[in-house]
Amino acid sequence: MKIVVCVKQVPDTAAKVVVENGQVTWGDAPLVINPWDEYAVETALLQQEAHGGDVTVVSVGGEDAREALKHALAMGCGNAILISEPGLENADSLLTSRVLAAAIQKIGDVDVAFFGRQAIDGDVGVTAAQTARVLGWPSLTLVSEITEMDPGSKSVKVERSVEEGRQVVEGQLPAVISVMKDIGEPRYPSFMGIRKASRAEIPVWSTADIGTELVEPAVTWPELTNPPQQEVVTEIISGESPQETAAKLADKILEEKVL
Amino acid sequence: MDFALSDEHRMVQEMVRGFAQKEVAPIIKEYDRKQQMADFILPRMAELGILGICIPVRYGGQGMDYISLGLACEELEAVDSTLRVVMSVHMGLNSLALLQWGTESQKEKFLIPQARGDKIACFGLTEPGVGSDVAAMTSTARRVGDGYIINGEKMWISLATKSDHALVVARTDPEAPDPHDGLSAFIVEIDRVGVSTGDIHGKLGVRAGSTGWIAFQDVEVPRENRLGEEGEGFKIAMSCLDNGRYTVAAGATGLIRASLKASVEYANDRRAFGREIGKFQLVQQKIAHMVKSYEAAKLLYLRAGWMKNQGMRNTQETSLAKWFATDESFQAASEAIQIHGAYGYSDEYDVERYLRNAKGAIIYEGTSEIHQLMQAGYALEYRSDPQIRCELPAYDADDWQKSQ
Repeated sequence: MKIVVCVKQVPDTAAKVVVENGQVTWGDAPLVINPWDEYAVETALLQQEAHGGDVTVVSVGGEDAREALKHALAMGCGNAILISEPGLENADSLLTSRVLAAAIQKIGDVDVAFFGRQAIDGDVGVTAAQTARVLGWPSLTLVSEITEMDPGSKSVKVERSVEEGRQVVEGQLPAVISVMKDIGEPRYPSFMGIRKASRAEIPVWSTADIGTELVEPAVTWPELTNPPQQEVVTEIISGESPQETAAKLADKILEEKVL
Repeated sequence: MDFALSDEHRMVQEMVRGFAQKEVAPIIKEYDRKQQMADFILPRMAELGILGICIPVRYGGQGMDYISLGLACEELEAVDSTLRVVMSVHMGLNSLALLQWGTESQKEKFLIPQARGDKIACFGLTEPGVGSDVAAMTSTARRVGDGYIINGEKMWISLATKSDHALVVARTDPEAPDPHDGLSAFIVEIDRVGVSTGDIHGKLGVRAGSTGWIAFQDVEVPRENRLGEEGEGFKIAMSCLDNGRYTVAAGATGLIRASLKASVEYANDRRAFGREIGKFQLVQQKIAHMVKSYEAAKLLYLRAGWMKNQGMRNTQETSLAKWFATDESFQAASEAIQIHGAYGYSDEYDVERYLRNAKGAIIYEGTSEIHQLMQAGYALEYRSDPQIRCELPAYDADDWQKSQ
C-alpha cells in the first residue's frame, strides 16, 4: 500500500501570536509539526502496519518545514519530501493543494493521502478537500475512525465526526482522508526513528520538478489587525446563603442583559 | 567549540519531554500525596526505550550517546524527580556498570534484559550504618566453593521493591590491610532465596518514587555473578557513582528549570501594589539567580556528558556538576516558593514538591560536603584519579548502533 501524509510546520501552540505592522509574528517561539498532522502521521503508520507498504511524508514550506518532516520520519515514516521555492512562501490553501496534488501524482500509485483536519496557523481547514478535488479523488474529511481499508478491492469505510454525530461513509481508493483527534493518540518518535531522521537527506522538489505551475495565490492577507482589547471587570457576587447568592446572580444577569 | 545540540539531541529532548509532560505531569501530585509510584511508569519508560537509552543496540539498548542520557534526565526531572531517579539507578548505577565492567556473558544475561526494560535494576551500596564511609560497610560475601554467600542489609535503595537485579557491594576480604580493597561487587537476582525487600515511607521528597531496603540472609550467589575481580568492589562502586551523579546533575538542572518556569509564570500573573510582581526588583533578582544557576548547571553536565562520549575520565567534572546543580536546585525551589508566597507553601502549586524533591539529591550519591572535599582535593592536588582496569567505553555511534 502506498501512503502519503501531508504535514505543515507551524508555530508552537504555546507561542504568543500577535500582529505587528500588519503581519503575524510569534517572535522566536519554536516551530513544530502541526499538532493535527501528528494524528494524520499516526493514522498513516497504523495503516502501513495493517496493510504493509510505505509512507511518504510531504510538506510545502521553507527550510523550517524540514523539522516537521524529520518529526514524521522519527515517528516512523519511511520517506520525506520537501516542496520548496520562494514563490510558495505565501501560498493559500488552493495553491498549496495544487502543489500537493502534483507531488502526489509524481510519487505515483498512491492509494491514500492523509491530512490533519486543519493547520493551527491559518485554521482554514480546506486543503485536504481541495487536494482531493484537484486529484479527482474522493474526499473523506473529518474522519474519526477508519473502520475498513482494503487496498485489494480499493475500498474504504470511515466514520466522520459531524455536528449531528457520527456519519458512516464508504468510498473508493485512492482517496484523500483528513483525520480528527479521535483517530488515536500519536506515538512518540522512537530512538531508532530519531537516529534515522537526524541523518535523513530530504529531497527538495520545486514546482517545476513536479510539473506544475507556480501561480499567484488567489487569497492573500494584505493586512492584519489585532482584535480590539476588551476591558474586563470582575465582580464577585456573594450572599448570606447559596440561595441569596444565586438570586443576586440571576438579578445581575438579567440587569446586564446577558440572557 | 560547538554549543549546539544536534538534531538527534533535540528530538530526544522533545520525545522525553512529551512523555513526561503529557503522561506523568497530570497525575504526579496524586501519586506524590499517596507516596506511591504509578504502576505505568516503568513499563512505559521501557516501551519507549528510555530505560536503555545509551546502551549499544547489540546489548538491547537504543544506541544513543551519554549526552542524550543527560538531556533525558533533565526532561524527566523537570516534571518529577522520581522519574529521573529511575534513570539514576537503573541506568547510571547499574546498567552502565555492566557495560563498563561486565563480561560478555554478564552483558548477555543481565544487561540485555535491563536495556530492553524487561528487567529493572537497582544499586545496593548504602547500609543502615554506612553512607559516605563506603569502606566501613558490614555486608559480607563469603567465598564458599565456587560461589559466595551474601549477608547484610542495604538501605535507601531506590527501586528496591521494583527491581529484578541489584548491583550489590559487599566485603569479601575482612583481613585486607586497606578496607577499600576488601570489597567486591555482585549482580544479585532479587528472587534468590534469602533476599527480602521493603519500601520506606515518610520521606520528605521523591514520594512518588520507590525507595526501600534489601536484606540478604545467607544468599547463595554463583561466581559468575561477581562483577569485576575480587577486591575491585570499591573501584566499581566509585565508577558507578561517576555515572549516577551525572544523571543526578542533569536531573537537578531540570529541577532548576522547572522552578524558573513556574516562577516566571507566577511573577507575570500575580499582581501586588497595582502591578505584576515580576516588576519588583527583588523578585527579578531571584529569577536572575535561577537563570544563572540553570545555564551554568546545564553547561557543567553537558561537559561531563561530552567527556563521557570521548571516553575521558570525568570524576572531577561530574562531581562538580552534581554538587553545583543539586545545591542550586534546592535554592531555586526555595526561592520559587518565596515568589509564590503562601500559595507556594501549599501543594496546590508544584514548587513545594520541587523543594522537597531537591533535598534528597544533596545527600545521596555523595553529599554536597563530600563533593566539596573532592573539589578542594583536586585543586590542592591532594587527589587524582588513577586509571582503572575498565574505563567507561567512549561513544561510537556506528559501533553502538550495530545490531550485532
